[in-house]
Amino acid sequence: MSSAREDILGRVRAALADVEPDREPVVAPRLAVRPAEEVVDLFAERVEDYRAIVERCTPEQLAGRVAAAVPPGASVVVPAGLSVDVAGAAVDDGTLTSADLDALDVVVTDARVGVAETGTIVLDHTAGMGRRALTLVPDRHVCIVRTEQVVADVPDALVLLDPARPLTWISGPSATSDIELDRVEGVHGPRTLHVILVG
Amino acid sequence: MSGTFVGMPAFPEAARAALGDTQLRHNLAHATGVIRAKRSRLVTEVEESMPESGGWEALRLAGAGVKDRALRDLETQLVLLEERLTAAGATVHWARDAAEANAIVVAVAQRHQATEVVKVKSMVTQEIGLNEALEAEGIDAWETDLAEIIVQLGDDLPSHILVPAIHRNRAEIREIFLREMGKVGKPAPEGLTDEPAVLAGAAREHLREKFLRAKVAVSGANFAIAETGTLVVVESEGNGRMCLTLPEVLVSVVGIEKVVPTWAELDPLLRLLPRSSTGERMNPYTSTWSGVTPGDGPQEVHVVLLDNGRTRALADDVGRQALRCIRCSACLNVCPVYERTGGHAYGSVYPGPIGAILNPLLKGTGDPQTDSLPYASSLCGACFEACPVRIDIPEVLVHLRSKVVDGHRDDTVPKAEAVAFKGAAYALGDSRRLAWAERASGLAGRVMTRFGRTSLPGGRAAAGRVPGPGVGKWTSARDLPAPPAESFRAWWKRTDGGRR
Repeated sequence: MSSAREDILGRVRAALADVEPDREPVVAPRLAVRPAEEVVDLFAERVEDYRAIVERCTPEQLAGRVAAAVPPGASVVVPAGLSVDVAGAAVDDGTLTSADLDALDVVVTDARVGVAETGTIVLDHTAGMGRRALTLVPDRHVCIVRTEQVVADVPDALVLLDPARPLTWISGPSATSDIELDRVEGVHGPRTLHVILVG
Repeated sequence: MSGTFVGMPAFPEAARAALGDTQLRHNLAHATGVIRAKRSRLVTEVEESMPESGGWEALRLAGAGVKDRALRDLETQLVLLEERLTAAGATVHWARDAAEANAIVVAVAQRHQATEVVKVKSMVTQEIGLNEALEAEGIDAWETDLAEIIVQLGDDLPSHILVPAIHRNRAEIREIFLREMGKVGKPAPEGLTDEPAVLAGAAREHLREKFLRAKVAVSGANFAIAETGTLVVVESEGNGRMCLTLPEVLVSVVGIEKVVPTWAELDPLLRLLPRSSTGERMNPYTSTWSGVTPGDGPQEVHVVLLDNGRTRALADDVGRQALRCIRCSACLNVCPVYERTGGHAYGSVYPGPIGAILNPLLKGTGDPQTDSLPYASSLCGACFEACPVRIDIPEVLVHLRSKVVDGHRDDTVPKAEAVAFKGAAYALGDSRRLAWAERASGLAGRVMTRFGRTSLPGGRAAAGRVPGPGVGKWTSARDLPAPPAESFRAWWKRTDGGRR
């Protein structure tokens, strides 16, 4: 009695007996190059297209903008190593349970990469971004993206990202079109995505 | 508990029933039309933003190239994937068929004394009937995608790859939620309206409790990257992130055709899939993970690599390309047949043009229901145009039709089609016999032109339903043009090739 593994690999081998593998990785075609300033503008525009809140500010204005992005009286959680101080925020030390996170209103994080063409933010859950559950359970995600983190398109992001890390690619608030194809923003993930673009 | 496709009738019979459902036809025409328009806008946008490098077609070629590279080197890629997953802390299992895969998932759930699992929307777990297998062991499998909940609570069947509950309207969904939610968890709120936003809110409340307490989650994967041992799940609602992040244990069932060789080659696929599927530049959430990350997410991760007919498809040199499919559903949205019959008529979780080839390839020919699928097409070719990984579905359909016919070569009672072609070969094999047949058909043509009730666009008379074995079936769905009163050869003789 051979194992399932041996059987399956044997069937694959038999199926491909007359096939030559292609050892050369495929490189996909690229977008026409845009000037850097245009790339950042496009990122802001494309994130807004998903009905996320997008605002731009200078590094000096950042702390004030973050404070203003938190609704009055809301409870806030931040990951360890966040690039800005948030008054009154609880710092997640990894001991908060899912139920604890569920009781919090707002989470503020940094980001790893912004993708202009698709309006996507990528988190790699290192310092400043926290574990994956942190940006998922609270209902409002305030995300700080630096203009120098914004790249043109998906292949540029893949080069910068480490696949050994868990990654979360975020393009707007969660959404569904499952009922009569009528788009509803905000299902299980944060219902509000608030992006602060700094630089 | 959802229904199953077991015992579905062959396509023509199931399609006839579906065509009588006006709600279904209305919903499908609307949904497919909307998604088609969104997709088409984005394809144009891509064309305009990369004029120098070949536009959308070049991207399709790259997507097809990546999947082909993995499939043509599948043994090496699978062994590498297993090695990298294991190194990243995942446990890799292999399953020859549905029963083996189900047993693996059940065993993991039982080892953790789980009485329930939460599920990410996954075609492959529907293909193997995982929910039913878990329920047979007393384990509740909760679907968490909004459309999947609607299907599950309504004891229904999915009708579209992307939007499985598209055949339901908001009033029906409200009824299902009010009637069923309370039986399996948090009931729908009093005063629930049929606004999609309100219904989605009810699903959010209902599921939140399940997400927060679930110990075991089950997912599929859109892509599995061999080089890095990374799985990728592409979604919209965040239910995927909930399942992939909150429970302690995660089991992912992955078809062996999901392999992508390298991390960099994810690029064309991530650019093609959302645009082709939902008509968005990018879907709201994509999660990638490689095994276990200490302190973040499930600390016990299993991956079940599944064959279940995929090696059978791989062995078919024409049909092999169907394994490139990234389950985007673009072919459904452009198909004139699917748009009218909906998904249920295909009798499988894989409906539409891709289902018409994938089901026979995975299961082999010989079953009347499966054998009817390659004929569920007018071979118009719209699916090939829309497919982001350039699967030539019409080519595979024709190839599979020949396989179905070959399967009946030695029947004691020949099929009508075989009799008709035997007759045609007899008539065409000899000029005198052909001349006789032409005279007979010319007579029929004169009669039809005079008394025929149907005419084709352009005014040419046509035969309505012609009686007779085989012909009756064929003409019940097609108008046969009336044969010309005079054959070409008779005309040539009479006019000396037009000179008289």
